[in-house]
Amino acid sequence: MRNHWNIFIAFFRVGILGYGGGPSSIPLVHKEVVDNFKWMNDEEFGDLLALGNTLPGPIATKLAGYIGYRVSGVLGMINAVLATILPTIFLMILLLSSLSSIKEYDWVQGMTATVIPIVGVMLATLTWQFIHKAGKGMGWLQTGLVLLIVFVLLQVLHIHPGLIIAALLILALVKKDKAPNTEENITGREGDPS
Amino acid sequence: MIYWEIFLAFFIPGILGYGGGPASIPLIENEVVTRYGWMNVQEFSEVLALGNALPGPIATKMAGYIGYDVAGIPGAAIGVFATVAPSLLLIIVLLSILYKYKNSPKVKRMTLYIRPVIGILLGVMAWRFFSESYEGIGLWQTVILMLVSYLLLERMKVHPAFVIIGALIYGGFFL
Repeated sequence: MRNHWNIFIAFFRVGILGYGGGPSSIPLVHKEVVDNFKWMNDEEFGDLLALGNTLPGPIATKLAGYIGYRVSGVLGMINAVLATILPTIFLMILLLSSLSSIKEYDWVQGMTATVIPIVGVMLATLTWQFIHKAGKGMGWLQTGLVLLIVFVLLQVLHIHPGLIIAALLILALVKKDKAPNTEENITGREGDPS
Repeated sequence: MIYWEIFLAFFIPGILGYGGGPASIPLIENEVVTRYGWMNVQEFSEVLALGNALPGPIATKMAGYIGYDVAGIPGAAIGVFATVAPSLLLIIVLLSILYKYKNSPKVKRMTLYIRPVIGILLGVMAWRFFSESYEGIGLWQTVILMLVSYLLLERMKVHPAFVIIGALIYGGFFL
């Protein structure tokens, strides 16, 4: 019960504070899930984010649903998704059926405008955390090089991020391991309690 | 069968929209305006404008409202379900398989390889938010809001909820 309440609160806050569509909720989800409730660590969050970006569909509900499922099963999943989306859907229906002209949206948009740069700061902080981890993991020179290549692929050549992530995942899978017999170890791990 | 149409109208953008909710908006417009004619372009852009001003994921807000507009609460539920469920099931299945082998060097290498890509993706998103803000409220407001929120969030460790609520109040009064 306590878990369900925590899931609800965490994703309610994410849904109601994430101005600027699904992507703006990423740093908020990170804050709740990694820092606040410690349901997963940075590595797992990174994996989830990568896969979430590779698969189609809205990112916020994929994050919420998966995390809810991991914390307390199917009910947790439903709880997390509903907490993320229901409050703002209600708000949307309420406002659209009570406001009569587009002029009346102006004050809503004025309020939202100030939140956009703050979301930017949160995303930039999260960016730095990921790059910092990468730098520690595989050395700064290599990280710098990889970052440069990825940046060119994404922003100059406009290759879809899903394709790059998918390619890297396949590369990681097919690359030969240094230690022999790992192939057997992996297939034999099915019954491993860890 | 209106419910089946609503399901299809949001299932297709949900499964084709790579790049999160915002990427699926043109696809939703194609279904809702062009194929089924539930709304005209003007109405759709008004709904989108309000949706963008409100918090939370955009695709589900559109699905929820349009579904409700077309066929009441069951319509809203079906629209949201069709948007969320397919990709959510996919990610749960894939990550469950992945974590079954989480100690294998291959899966560890996956985590390592994708980290810089995530870094760049988040960085580009951050940049997009900054430039949107620059276009919307100008350079000085943007820079001041950035500095103040950085100090509050990262130096003083204030919870984002308070910073965002503060910004909403500031925006309501001064902009």
